[in-house]
Amino acid sequence: MMKSITKGVLGAAAVVCAAQLTPAQAWEPTRPVEFIIPAGPGGGADIMARTVQGIVTKHSLMKQPMVVINKAGGAGGEGFLDVKNSRNNPHKIVITLSNLFTTPLATGIPFSWKDLTPVAMLALDEFVLWVNAEKPYKTAKDYIEAAKKANGTYKMGGTGSKQEDQIITEAIQKQSGAKFIYIPQRGGGAVAVQLVGNHVDSTVNNPNEAVAHWRAGKLRPLCVFDAKPMPYKDVIAEGKSWGDIPVCKAQGLDIEYLMLRGIFMTPGANKAQVDYYIGLFQKVRQTDEWKKLMADGAFNQTFMTGPDYVKWVATEEKRHHDLMKDAGFLATK
Amino acid sequence: MEELANLMHGFSVALQPFNIGVMFLGIVLGVLIGVLPGLGGANGVAILLPLTFTMSPTSAIIMLSCIYWGALFGGAITSILFNIPGEPWSVATTFDGHPMAQKGKAGEALTAAFTSSFVGALFAIVMITLIAPLVAAFALKFGPAEQFSVYFLAFCSFVGMSKEPPFKTIAAMFIGFALAAVGLDSITGQLRLTFGTETLLTGFNFLIAVIGLFGIGEILLSIEEGLKFRGGKAGMNPKVVLQTWAELPRYWATSLRSCIIGCWMGISPAGATPASFMSYGIARRASKRGNNFGKGEIEGVVAPETAAHAAGTSALLPMLSLGVPGSPTAAVLLGGLLIWGLQPGPLLFVEQKEFVWGLIASMYISNVVGLIVVLTCVPLFAAILRIPFSIIAPVILVICAIGAYTVHNSTFDIVLMLVFGIIGYVMKKCDYPLAPMVLAIVLGDKAEENFRQSLLASQGSLDIFWSNGLVGSIMALGLIALFWPIFNVLWARMRPARAAT
Repeated sequence: MMKSITKGVLGAAAVVCAAQLTPAQAWEPTRPVEFIIPAGPGGGADIMARTVQGIVTKHSLMKQPMVVINKAGGAGGEGFLDVKNSRNNPHKIVITLSNLFTTPLATGIPFSWKDLTPVAMLALDEFVLWVNAEKPYKTAKDYIEAAKKANGTYKMGGTGSKQEDQIITEAIQKQSGAKFIYIPQRGGGAVAVQLVGNHVDSTVNNPNEAVAHWRAGKLRPLCVFDAKPMPYKDVIAEGKSWGDIPVCKAQGLDIEYLMLRGIFMTPGANKAQVDYYIGLFQKVRQTDEWKKLMADGAFNQTFMTGPDYVKWVATEEKRHHDLMKDAGFLATK
Repeated sequence: MEELANLMHGFSVALQPFNIGVMFLGIVLGVLIGVLPGLGGANGVAILLPLTFTMSPTSAIIMLSCIYWGALFGGAITSILFNIPGEPWSVATTFDGHPMAQKGKAGEALTAAFTSSFVGALFAIVMITLIAPLVAAFALKFGPAEQFSVYFLAFCSFVGMSKEPPFKTIAAMFIGFALAAVGLDSITGQLRLTFGTETLLTGFNFLIAVIGLFGIGEILLSIEEGLKFRGGKAGMNPKVVLQTWAELPRYWATSLRSCIIGCWMGISPAGATPASFMSYGIARRASKRGNNFGKGEIEGVVAPETAAHAAGTSALLPMLSLGVPGSPTAAVLLGGLLIWGLQPGPLLFVEQKEFVWGLIASMYISNVVGLIVVLTCVPLFAAILRIPFSIIAPVILVICAIGAYTVHNSTFDIVLMLVFGIIGYVMKKCDYPLAPMVLAIVLGDKAEENFRQSLLASQGSLDIFWSNGLVGSIMALGLIALFWPIFNVLWARMRPARAAT
């Protein structure tokens, strides 16, 4: 009797193993999927992840529920470590921002994108140089000239320390010779309000963080840190669209910076699992809600998967390392 | 007058049967969420957010804000009954609310708390209705220096107004500051005091500290005192609500003062936590019965609850008009607005009138609905204390553990909670006050951040804290509050001297 049970168990185990060994053509989640956000609630990554969750729920794109979890501690290190330490758990994905590169470089928290399994680039977030609309500067050139004359007393507000906003500020200083006092704040929304209240002189907010104040006539965009102008032609404020904002390069600031909004999985995920999520996000991208999010936030809608994506991430990491090394932002070991 | 017409239209939106149904559902869910520590309003709203995507934005925000109100009401329940504050701003409610429950007056304490919350919220809503645009402009005046001055005032009014020996208060506060410093230093982007471990990356979360210090500490004390609750005689008398109401108008001055403090803190936006502490501290000084505070004085429940809710409600205004969330819950609501395609900002009031006024009208109605729901349950809640300690204590322990775990989904936090429990027990035995430590854990990192941002902006000069009338006068108020006891002593000495001459 005992023997037959053992045999049965062994048989069942063999069947399970076989099922795992054969390349599962169509993998599907069998448990709720955790969607980790390595940032606090209310920020750009959070809004994107929650929109995805809403779209997946509303259009029933997945049989299992999607649960969004914020793990913002240690500049996102908490979230990335959680994913890194969940090897072979295909029910966990993470959305990234630039802290995928900046957090390990600046703090020495032990993780790298190479620990994770790349899935797809969803979009790239633009950065725009903003000033208060009461100020006389009409172009980035005017502003930089004024900042130079002010002898390093102009204040640049930004999100976080030794992260994307401060890296762009460093790049501006290096390019133009103007000096800024960088003042770190907790979130992009707060940064924009500090600029409206004239507590700082400029910011490099993402479009969706500052658009409400632009429309209200409180802020003025000077240039966008991208290779070409943004493709959105709908008029936003003062008869201008996102597309009318000149690129910074044309204003003498040869700086390009875009922030990754991409998806990674836990280490050890197989191709079928990665393909499942790529398929899922392709479906998400087809929905009207997603298209609206992209247009409202003036996102760069580049979508990448597979080797292209890996290559892009590797290049960006190298670039961040160089930029941060120049600025003296690397963690001392 | 245009506002009034808009508001009336808003009422017609909010009073649609579907929206009323949504309101009740939201309040009940919110109270349940508020009762479970850890599963605070922010988590509750985040979990239920996807449910609302199929509704119209107005119904959706009504449901979510009702969950928020419900959680605010619910937070007071555990603070009073078990000394476990579910949210940072309910900490000050425990100071007198829990002693009242121990005296068998849980019903009175709950009624006072709920009613005060309602009054505070109502005051703030009326203010939002009447002077919304002015308020938004005032909020813009707050840069890092002004923010710091507000936190400074909160700390000072607590030290100066407290009855414990000032050095014990300051010692407890500094332990709190040290704990708040653990984790990422947001100004330099470096890790501090983590000793190279990954578990300390996130720093010490306030909720875990509070659940341990208050909840577990209280259970340890009860065990020592003979395994029973001291609130066992709590009655089930439904009349308790009316009796308490008859008593409450006496505290109109405290109530009004707390409303004003709350609204100011909510707009600035320092938030509900400093508001509740500041209001409690000042009430303790101003009240004739101030010496009884901390021993179960009903005024000590009225002051913090009124201020916290006035602040919590008025904090929605900067969120809607500037896009800056005043609390984690507000941050999730903000995300919801963006998902529904509403852009918070100065133009929201112009372009989305129906939504904004529907929301404001729903605040009036949902607070009334909330008050009715929770008040009818007062005898029921109070009766929980009749359950034998040997049954309820393990249940509380389990709920505390779940609460601590929910914060970061980490089992380490449960161990941390138990450690804080022992610290809380030892501190109580040695007569060190817990409140200043908690206040420092909650606000310490924010105060430090704003202090250092100010100094960055001024290039190291402390003059920035006196650079304009607003920041200067708040700092001066803070200093007066800090040295109040010394002024008092001097005053007392001068008077007999004068009488002698």
